[in-house]
Amino acid sequence: MSTTHTNRHAAASGASPDNPIYRRRVWVNRFNLAMSIGTMAFGMVFLLWILAVLFSKGFAAVGTAMFTQMTPPPGSDGGLANAIVGSLIIVGAAIFIATPIGILAGIYLAEVGRESKIAKVTRFINDILLSAPSIVIGLFVYTVIVANVKHYSAWAGAVALAIIAVPVIVRQTENMLQLVPNSLREAAVALGAPQWRVVLMVTLRAVKGGVVTGVLLALARIAGETAPLLFTALNNQFWSTDLNAPMANLPVVIFQFAMSPYEEWQRLAWGGALLITLAVLLLNIIARTLFRQTKH
Amino acid sequence: MTPDAADKRDNSFALQDKLFAGTTQFFALLVLVTLLGIIGSLFAGAWQTLSQTGPGFFASDSWDPVRKAFGGLAPIWGTLITATIALLVGVPVSFGIAVFLTEMCPPVLKRPLGTAVELLAAIPSIIYGMWGLFVFAPLFAETLQPLMISTLGKLPLVGILFQGTPMGFGVFTAGLILAVMIIPFIAAVMRDVFETTPPILKESAYGLGATTWEVVWNVVLPYTKAGVIGGIMLGLGRALGETMAVTFVIGNAYNISAQLFEPGNSIASALANEFNEASDPAHLSALITLGLTLFVLSFIVLAASRLMLAKLSAKEGKRT
Repeated sequence: MSTTHTNRHAAASGASPDNPIYRRRVWVNRFNLAMSIGTMAFGMVFLLWILAVLFSKGFAAVGTAMFTQMTPPPGSDGGLANAIVGSLIIVGAAIFIATPIGILAGIYLAEVGRESKIAKVTRFINDILLSAPSIVIGLFVYTVIVANVKHYSAWAGAVALAIIAVPVIVRQTENMLQLVPNSLREAAVALGAPQWRVVLMVTLRAVKGGVVTGVLLALARIAGETAPLLFTALNNQFWSTDLNAPMANLPVVIFQFAMSPYEEWQRLAWGGALLITLAVLLLNIIARTLFRQTKH
Repeated sequence: MTPDAADKRDNSFALQDKLFAGTTQFFALLVLVTLLGIIGSLFAGAWQTLSQTGPGFFASDSWDPVRKAFGGLAPIWGTLITATIALLVGVPVSFGIAVFLTEMCPPVLKRPLGTAVELLAAIPSIIYGMWGLFVFAPLFAETLQPLMISTLGKLPLVGILFQGTPMGFGVFTAGLILAVMIIPFIAAVMRDVFETTPPILKESAYGLGATTWEVVWNVVLPYTKAGVIGGIMLGLGRALGETMAVTFVIGNAYNISAQLFEPGNSIASALANEFNEASDPAHLSALITLGLTLFVLSFIVLAASRLMLAKLSAKEGKRT
């Protein structure tokens, strides 16, 4: 009686190792899960491969000369000093423009506009601008600024990068403000505070770390952007801190040097590439740590 | 406080709040104005080409700055083909990574591996380009490419895709590097949407005796379909507009060929290479027309992606 019962049970569920359908399901499962592990390994191999190449070729180029000398003419040795400083200036100016715009627009979406039509459309458009092709942003700034003032300038580059940074900050600010419990807002309002004080002194302060994370992520995003600078900040072989003139910057120098046939230039390009990647990865890791701290 | 003073204070608060609402709204509207500005300025720049050549611009593949004959078909074709290759390679891999991270990964490794995938997304695209130019392309030309030409190239029908000279550069290499670039984006979205599947649905399937794969394929995937498609579209949007990684390896030739190992061009790489050298207004306008085409294409794809993702989060909202 008990044996027939087990047999019937096994037959009903099909879970017998002899059942061809069961065997097939098990093998399909094993095969697909193995493939899944394979894809994960595939992704990691590329990450490690790219980083290994970058570190080995990059460190070979790093030296004091890289930070003290100007970008060289073709075929001679030099450094990246003007490009490093130029990048810092352009990215700094861009984040200086983008931060207030991004935070205020984020506040509008989370606190003021909320579910209004304007807020909904802005939210949608912001999400699209978040992944819009950066080269088109460069083209836009070229037609609006460069073509009108008739010269390339670091300002134009900064504006292009700011346009890329704003959506990142808007998104993060809004997401963070939405995490604030409504009771906090209500408590502040009940004390008689006007809305602007509630937002600036209570809700924004509660998610300070998260908003700073957004700015850091925006910084990481624009630090390595090359395409929008090609038609705006251009490049400059010499030392220049004039924001109203073309300015050397790491991404464009890397692009120009890497595409060149000169060995010295290619070596410097790897050095610059290493600098940029380290900066971007570092910013990302700081942003993540900060974010984790505010969340808990 | 006298009632009078309280009234005055209320009035001043109302004014302050109006000012606050107005200021924040102004900055939110700036985002909208940027989008309209991009479309408007590119359209104005493209007008010369659009009015002179008309829709013929999109049907002609001759790009000759000397004779001032411009047709955009070759770079548009290159953009679409490289993005297609990137999706064909990238989507299955991203799916596998997302399945691994959500269903199989030991909890200790979940966070470090997830972070590693996200770091892959943070690496600037110019680094992918340099790696492609100096490391991947030469290696590909020496090893895998001749092998593919001698095996896949001999197949009927699809064989033509894999013929050509093994130079390492070309449309196929550009597509592969794009795939590596978009994998982290798609995988991250897929992982996030897979995690929205209610555990009770998965447990019910396991309770009925389903294998892990059957749970993923028959429960998780149907539940998160909209989000998965949204993630793929997001990757497609990225692939269409990617500039630096493609410019380094695509070969920059105005060339439409079924042979994927031949050099080609994409809209973004054409712009990166030619825009600063173009002095002739007709040439500039033709390039801006390409830029407008790229923007419209990626706008449509990204808008579709957002709508799909919004659909999934609406469903999630209804559940609770």
